[in-house]
Amino acid sequence: MIVSLVVVLAIPLVLMSGLLYKSAVLLEEHSMFNLLFSKEWKPLSGQFGFYTFIISSLWVTVVSLLIAAPICLLTAIHLTQYAKRWVLNLMHPVIDLLAGIPSVIFGVWGILVVVPAIADHIAPFFGKSVSGYSILAGAIVLSIMIIPFILNILIELFRNIPTELKEASLSLGATKWQTIKLVLIKKILPGIVSAFGLGMSRAFGETIAVLIVVGNVTQIPKGIFQPGYPLPALIANNYGEMLSIPMYDSALMLAALILFVIVLFFNFISRVIIIKSNKHN
Amino acid sequence: MIDRRKAEEWFFRVLMFFSTVIIATALFLIIFSILYSGLPHLTWEMISSVPKGGFYFGKEGGILNAIIGSLYLSMGSTILAFLFGLPLALFMNVHLIRRRKLVNGIRFVMDLLWGVPSIVYGAFGFTIMVFFGIRASLLAGIITVTLFIIPIMVRGMDEILQSVPRGLLESSLSLGSTRSETSYRVFLKQCVPGVITAVLLSFGRAIGDAASILFTTGYTDHIPTSLTQPTATLPLAIFFQLSSPIPEVRERAYAAAVILVFIILTISMLSRFFSRKYQKNKINF
Repeated sequence: MIVSLVVVLAIPLVLMSGLLYKSAVLLEEHSMFNLLFSKEWKPLSGQFGFYTFIISSLWVTVVSLLIAAPICLLTAIHLTQYAKRWVLNLMHPVIDLLAGIPSVIFGVWGILVVVPAIADHIAPFFGKSVSGYSILAGAIVLSIMIIPFILNILIELFRNIPTELKEASLSLGATKWQTIKLVLIKKILPGIVSAFGLGMSRAFGETIAVLIVVGNVTQIPKGIFQPGYPLPALIANNYGEMLSIPMYDSALMLAALILFVIVLFFNFISRVIIIKSNKHN
Repeated sequence: MIDRRKAEEWFFRVLMFFSTVIIATALFLIIFSILYSGLPHLTWEMISSVPKGGFYFGKEGGILNAIIGSLYLSMGSTILAFLFGLPLALFMNVHLIRRRKLVNGIRFVMDLLWGVPSIVYGAFGFTIMVFFGIRASLLAGIITVTLFIIPIMVRGMDEILQSVPRGLLESSLSLGSTRSETSYRVFLKQCVPGVITAVLLSFGRAIGDAASILFTTGYTDHIPTSLTQPTATLPLAIFFQLSSPIPEVRERAYAAAVILVFIILTISMLSRFFSRKYQKNKINF
């Protein structure tokens, strides 16, 4: 038992040092600042600037959160405050199933439905003609992938609010909606924000589904209809040739390390806030 | 004034209703569109035969190698994760029950690990492979996926074990059994269906993930016969065929997606069955 405890707790440290060990070669030659903010990605001439990929990742992540956040919040309120018991019983398996669908399936769905929809309907509506493989496609697919994740946390948060709080507000003459808007949401606001933070870090690291629909063009995207090339896709796409070009593998491991650190950071802060706001009640 | 308040509430209730409907329809649409495009191309030959050379280029053959490979990989890693996860989960809930802070700390680390993207595990698996000089193989894949599902396994079982009433622990200890006996004979027995649910959940994760095995399992047309051979898996079979320029090959990817969805739905239904059974078995104090 103690052995398994030690082994499991060592995983994050081993992960971190393994990736650091591999990326050290690259870090010796280039400064971290240069690698993060340089736009030059020319592996053959030894230039590894991650800026383009980081910006792409941010685009996809932020847009997907903009789609998922309001839907999650409204649904969580609906399910915990208004809906009848049977609606909740119906939605539980739906949420679980959505959470369990593999990312490659989301990718297939993206190609079958989302990409053509963007090319044929959404983009022409805004007066653009595009292939459909775009930031928006990635973001739509991602938003559906992170919805069950955020929704579960939000439902938990709303459930943990003590009923006295609601009763006090209602007895003062507030309507149900006013109570929700002014009392309940305010009470768990930090929790809500960090649930979104967790969803965001999920979205930031998601690889295969996004990779399939986002286009993978090395350029800084200037709008949601343009293709992008997020960081995880960069790692996944180039595993084939990474051993044949000097320092390429080191650069990709550094990309993984950056991903790891960013996600860990967001996760850490969000989890701490959620734990605190649950404890308060 | 009152009318405006009512109107606002009504407006938001409509919005809420629609967002709930959106989520339910999204699931329905995803499953429907996969079945719609995949089912017509799904044949028995695909399920029952291995590729006959150059499957990628639209030649004869099926994806039996990927189906079997996926099962090998996810079973191996689920078993390995179980061997590490179960003792840890029991340890947290029986031996360390008085040390709240430590247990919460372990839970916190598990949750953090759960959030780490699978591509990072994949990249890490690759560094291990290079470090120890192993080739891309079933073994390397199993190790990587095990690391990836351990937090899911531990947290799943921990959630269940937490719900065991404390009186059970105390009465078992007061009857003279050791903490380890209590763990394996009392707690584990009490939670069997819940533990099965956690195992199934991890298995579903393991069979569906593509990013973590991208570097580590390799790809082959054959069914692996030993741990050191490369292995094809369903998610990667779908992923590779999806990027093919030949429409026939892409259609096979859709058909393979139907198989994967079928497996996932079965696992999900099984775990639902077990978690329901769990509620029936529970002792109420």
